Amino acid sequence: MNRQVGRTFSLPVLLIAAACARHPQPQQLTIAAAADLNFALGDLSREFQKTHPRLDVRVAYGSSGNFYSQIRNGAPFDLFLSADVEYPRKLAQEGLAAADSLFVYGAGRLVVWVPAQSRLDPATALRDPSLAHVAIANPQHAPYGRAAEGALRSMGVYDGIRKKLVLGENIAQTLQFVQSGAADAGLVALSLAIAPPVRNQGRYWEIPLDAYPKLEQGGVILKDSAAAREFRSWLLAPAGRAILKQYGFYLPGP
Amino acid sequence: MDWQAIVLSVRLALATTIVLLAAGLPLASWLAFSRRRWKFLVEAVVALPLVLPPTVLGFYVLLAIGPRGPVGALYGRLTGGMLPFSFSGLLVASVVYSLPFMVQPVAAAFAGVDRKLVEASWCLGVSRLATFRRVIVPLALPGIATGAILSFAHTLGEFGVVLMVGGNIAGVTRTVSISIYDQVQALDYSAAAQTSIFLLAVSFTVLALTYALQKRIWSVWPMS
Repeated sequence: MNRQVGRTFSLPVLLIAAACARHPQPQQLTIAAAADLNFALGDLSREFQKTHPRLDVRVAYGSSGNFYSQIRNGAPFDLFLSADVEYPRKLAQEGLAAADSLFVYGAGRLVVWVPAQSRLDPATALRDPSLAHVAIANPQHAPYGRAAEGALRSMGVYDGIRKKLVLGENIAQTLQFVQSGAADAGLVALSLAIAPPVRNQGRYWEIPLDAYPKLEQGGVILKDSAAAREFRSWLLAPAGRAILKQYGFYLPGP
Repeated sequence: MDWQAIVLSVRLALATTIVLLAAGLPLASWLAFSRRRWKFLVEAVVALPLVLPPTVLGFYVLLAIGPRGPVGALYGRLTGGMLPFSFSGLLVASVVYSLPFMVQPVAAAFAGVDRKLVEASWCLGVSRLATFRRVIVPLALPGIATGAILSFAHTLGEFGVVLMVGGNIAGVTRTVSISIYDQVQALDYSAAAQTSIFLLAVSFTVLALTYALQKRIWSVWPMS
């Protein structure tokens, strides 16, 4: 009996031991990031790795709400960069985050975007009677969707446009609805409108910041480590902030 | 529970099944009886929706039915309307998405019809069309029923394609799977659980009925 157990388990155990021995303590930082960080974070992590060459930064992009559910169910991320500070705040309240690690790293900005070949002017597009469809992210769960709904209301165009709204699952899909021509205009993130692959495909008009509820982008450290702490403070330092600004994230505070 | 979404999903599934019955039967009979050498190409195209991720399918469908796509432009010229974000647009997408679920069982059933019976009918002077209608279709009825029920159930549970082309408009394109997804995203787990259990119950009932019908009824109820 004992010998059988030994025979069954010894090989996998040996293999695992060998695999561990080959890679002594790989320094790794796994980040769950909101989809609107797609372009900024690539640059950010490259810059960060210049000063931390032994660190392997891995990023998973997705919906902040999805990540929130996954993290609550034990997803193994070190750091969570959400599009809405509410999700990290909830995680911190639920005791799933490292102590005192909640932070706000930027605020998203909202623009009206139309394709380059459209005859609409993005600044007045929302009042144009010829509009058939306007794309926004789903206000029920996407932070940019909530902001877009707020912006439409405060600009006084919500009632006229309500029946023309189509809802993207996230802000990237919202942009895709307009890119494909299926929707005439869309309310998307500035960070997407100025991202390299999109920049030349359309025109945008930035909605004044006071027209919609503030899109506070926040994050939290989930598994405390020196690497995670360093990334967090680097992101909030001038070097990180400059890159965030370049990608269209409004900087919080002075 | 989001009844509006449930009703919409059932309507979409019924409409898709009807369109697929009309379009799928001729296609399946061609696949079952044709001797063309390049038939395998058509078979591969019909089976594509089985292996392509719904996101890919949805992405292509959105490009095709958008105002700048071929299908969308034609539709615009014929009707003056637009396909994306409309029930008709979802219907187009669902028909493509569920095509193999109708065509494959029906083609298999057609191919399984005893050749002697078909030839006997021809020899008795019955036309090809009438033979198809009065001999082949009745004998292949279990396969046709399977195809119809699978298409219905598959459309009812469709998610990725609708997410890509629907635009999530309440009562028009917000189907039950999208509604569940939204509820989960909004962290409203109890509403999501209610709608999910309903969808689970409906799907199970439909499939159980299918298998029961196939096992019991068809074997003891010979087609005359």
